[in-house]
Amino acid sequence: MTAGETHQAIEATFRIERARLIAGLARVVRNVDLAEELAQDALVVALSEWPRTGVPVNPGAWLMTAAKRRAIDSIRRDKMRKRKHEQIARTPDETPNPYSGDGAAEAIEAAMDDDLGDELLGLIFTACHPMLSPDARAALTLRVVGGLTTDEIARAFLSSEATIAQRIVRAKKAIAKAGLTFEAPRGAERAARLPSVLEVIYLIFNEGYAATAGEDLVRPGLCLEAQRLGRMLAGLMPDDAEVLGLLALMEIQASRLRTRAGPDGAFIPLTEQDRARWDHLLIRRGLDALARAEALGGYGPYVLQAALAACHARARRAADTDWPRIAALYDRLRVVTPTPVVELNRAIAHSMAFGPEAGLRLVDEIADAAALRNYAPLPAARGDFLFRAGRLNEACSEFKVAATLTRNVRERAFLLARADACKC
Amino acid sequence: MRVMVIGRATEDSEKGAPPTMEAFEAMERFNEELVKAGVLLAGAGLKPSVHAKRVAFDGPNYRVIDGPFAETRELVAGFSIWEVKDMDEAVAWAKRCPNPSSGPSEIEIRPFYEMGDMVELLSSETREKLGVA
Repeated sequence: MTAGETHQAIEATFRIERARLIAGLARVVRNVDLAEELAQDALVVALSEWPRTGVPVNPGAWLMTAAKRRAIDSIRRDKMRKRKHEQIARTPDETPNPYSGDGAAEAIEAAMDDDLGDELLGLIFTACHPMLSPDARAALTLRVVGGLTTDEIARAFLSSEATIAQRIVRAKKAIAKAGLTFEAPRGAERAARLPSVLEVIYLIFNEGYAATAGEDLVRPGLCLEAQRLGRMLAGLMPDDAEVLGLLALMEIQASRLRTRAGPDGAFIPLTEQDRARWDHLLIRRGLDALARAEALGGYGPYVLQAALAACHARARRAADTDWPRIAALYDRLRVVTPTPVVELNRAIAHSMAFGPEAGLRLVDEIADAAALRNYAPLPAARGDFLFRAGRLNEACSEFKVAATLTRNVRERAFLLARADACKC
Repeated sequence: MRVMVIGRATEDSEKGAPPTMEAFEAMERFNEELVKAGVLLAGAGLKPSVHAKRVAFDGPNYRVIDGPFAETRELVAGFSIWEVKDMDEAVAWAKRCPNPSSGPSEIEIRPFYEMGDMVELLSSETREKLGVA
């Protein structure tokens, strides 16, 4: 290692270690805020020492030791303060935390020397705890696991920095109040809590992939963050079919990011995309992850959705798409995920496999679902079926309805163009 | 951003000498770290250049050249593809890569061209044709 490491190089090393550092610290101090602070303190020490000494051989362990010293100092200070309080008020110690009473410093030493394999998983499961709202989970996960700043998260979600900051503060408080331990749940509890983790990662991905509002059709930065989280999770839980299914789904969908929007930013549907420009590295990764998930015997909602995405990825030309297989996969998906949106997509798949009338029949069965009221894709799909059935006047009005419902500028232009094509 | 991390050949790798158990395990551990951090996208080790061929073009003509090739330190012995936030992060990771050789060896990090770069490089007609914003 060379002396005179620049601050930039040190900060890059710190970024690699940050999430694991916070995870290990949070487990001990049971407080995300304090853990973040201690990690930041460790960076400050590194910035002052490493330019002289060079980056240590094991920077992660070094940073953890530095943070640990600060943690012990802070707990000693706390204890002194508490003792003074007790002398005044004689209040009993209310927190049954083994790390806050006497012998705290020793307990910290012992906990820090534990196997560090699981701590990151513990942080992810805590930040994605089902007691938090999905939005709060997403913001907190991007902050403490993804290492994004509050400002970056706000920009990604087209929200204000104050809103996001408040969301994160509330989430941290809720975690502290509930006394969560930052341990990765095991066995049945892990299985029960996993969906709330996967939901958040996919929510982050979708906010980037199918931007619900704003000028841009896609925000690839957010997709990348979600993919990174998905890859991390698959690295930490390599034997879970749904984790692999979600990863496969995101990799395959992301392979189309650069073909979903044309040069002018307009939306390009799947069937009209230039497939040569799909990201074949991501497709390969997605198909590999899907194969691993299927080998594990998983047919949960994410594995099924990945299998659906894979049908498109495998077709060299749009005309080669195996629509009957897609229709059959939707028939299975609606059993595990009986939502109106899945029903709608099933109708679309059936229309492609068996003709527009089949699609119309299925879509009319669900048209009254409350969840689909004001849902632009419903009239858009109906418009498409009617157009293909040659019922242009009806198609035109459906496209117009859809255009008034979407909040995305690019999508609206696309729908109005389709209405125009009906020549009504 | 995506980078290709290119491992340069050494005399040992060109001889096809298998790595020591120790070196192999160290590399496995490093790759596992990369996987757990969500950084590693793909990678492979390549056989020595005695198994390689080159197709050399000269205008419209070409000829096929059989390996091995002399310039050992210019050869590629393996590669991986990483997804990182920036070059600093790539370098920070690369520093942790175990040296596969007992002597000197080198890895090179090359960023991929991305959409933004294309916009700067290409004419507007070419961008239109490629569908790049």
